[in-house]
Amino acid sequence: MGPKTTPSQTIGPFFHDALLDEDRSELVAPDHPAAIRIEGTVYDGAGDPVPDAMVEIWQADPAGLYDHEDFSGFGRSGTVEGGSFSFVTVKPGPVAGPDGWTQAPHIMVSVFARGLLKRLVTRIYFPDEGDANANDPVLSSIEDPGLRGTLIARDEGNALRFDIRLQGEHQTAFFEL
Amino acid sequence: MREKEMREQAPGGAAGPGRDDASQPPYLYPDYVATRLRAPKRPLIILPSTLSDTTGPAYGRAPVGELDNDLTRQHEGEPLGERIIVTGRVTDGDGRPVRGSLIEIWQANAAGRYTHHLDRHPAPLDPNFSGAGRCLTDDEGRYRFVTVKPGAYPWKNHPNAWRPAHIHLSLFGEAFRSRLITQMYFPGDPLFSQDPIFNSVPGTEARERLISSFDLETTEPEWALAYRFDIVLEGRDATPVENR
Repeated sequence: MGPKTTPSQTIGPFFHDALLDEDRSELVAPDHPAAIRIEGTVYDGAGDPVPDAMVEIWQADPAGLYDHEDFSGFGRSGTVEGGSFSFVTVKPGPVAGPDGWTQAPHIMVSVFARGLLKRLVTRIYFPDEGDANANDPVLSSIEDPGLRGTLIARDEGNALRFDIRLQGEHQTAFFEL
Repeated sequence: MREKEMREQAPGGAAGPGRDDASQPPYLYPDYVATRLRAPKRPLIILPSTLSDTTGPAYGRAPVGELDNDLTRQHEGEPLGERIIVTGRVTDGDGRPVRGSLIEIWQANAAGRYTHHLDRHPAPLDPNFSGAGRCLTDDEGRYRFVTVKPGAYPWKNHPNAWRPAHIHLSLFGEAFRSRLITQMYFPGDPLFSQDPIFNSVPGTEARERLISSFDLETTEPEWALAYRFDIVLEGRDATPVENR
C-alpha cells in the first residue's frame, strides 16, 4: 500500500467564481439531434432545496465509449435558488461491467456541497431501459426496490428528472467507490 | 455478481471513498452543523470498479492561461497581503506522479473576505484580488501558484466560530474515482482546535496532512514566502473489496 490519500474537505459555499466561471452544463448543443435534458433538485434531510451544491457528471458516449473523439463526457452544474441543476447531453450507450456483465446506460454523478465533508457518488439510469436495467449488475445488487428506484430518472416529456435526496426516508442511493 | 454488497458505515460514518478510509472524514460530523441535514443516513452501496470510474475527464486538454496560476496578476494593481508561493506534487496511491491534471483553487483575500455575494463578513474586499486560479500539473506532478496568504474569517457554525486560514483545492487526477476537493491549511494556526471542518478528519496524523509546510527553499528572496502542499489522490485502480 502506498502513501495515504489526502483527506477530503467540504467545497464550502464560496466556490462559484473558481468552479462555475464558465458554463459546463451543456455537453452538447441544445439543438444537437440526440440532445436530452436532465433536470433535478437537490434536497436536504428536512426536504428543503439545497441552493449551494455542485453536481458533476461523467458518462460514455452513445457507443458506450468514455472520452471518445469530440464528446468529453464531463459536465458540471451548480444548483441555484430552489436547489435545481440541469444538463444537456446525449444518452450514453451500455458499458462493459465486471465479470463479463454489461452495464445498462448510466451517468456517474458526484455531488459536492457545504455540509458534505466528501463528495457523494450516485448514478443516473434511464427509464426506457427496462430490460437493460433489470440486468444491470449494480441496479440488481440493490434489493430494496424503493432505493433502487431512486437511481432511475423520470421521463417528464421535455426532460428527464433526477432529484437527489441527501437524507431521509426517500434518500437517494449513494455509492462507495 | 455478489447478491448484495451493502456495507455498514462505521460508528460516526467513517466509511467512505478512498482506499484508506481512515484518512477520510465521515459524512455526519455533528459539530459541523451543516452535516446534520446533509449527511446520508443509509449505508453506502459498494460499487464494483468498472470503466465508469477508472476513466475520467481528460482535463489535460483544458485551456489554462499562462497567468491563471498567479492570483496576484489578475487586476491592474497588486492585491494587499502577504505574497506567497504555493507548490507541491500530486501523486497517486502508488507514488506515481499525476501528470497534466487540472487543479482549481479558491480562497479569501488577506482580510478574510471572499468576493462571493453571500460572504457578509464585514472585512474589506480587495479590488485587486478575485481569489480564484487554476493550473495543470507538469510531467512530475508538480504545481505552482502565486497568491496572497488568506485571512481567517468568522462563520456561524457555533458561537465565536472562525475558520483557520485555508485555500480550497479541486483536483481531478486520472479517473472519476480519484476526484478530490480539499482544503490546505497553514502551519501553527491557533484556530485549528475549534474548527470542526479540520477536526472532522479522523486522527492527528491525517489532519496534519492537510497542513502545508513552510518551504524556505522555494521562497524568493525579497519577494515572497513559500509553502509546500503535496497531495495524494486515489489511483486509477481500485483496491479489491477483499483487501479492505
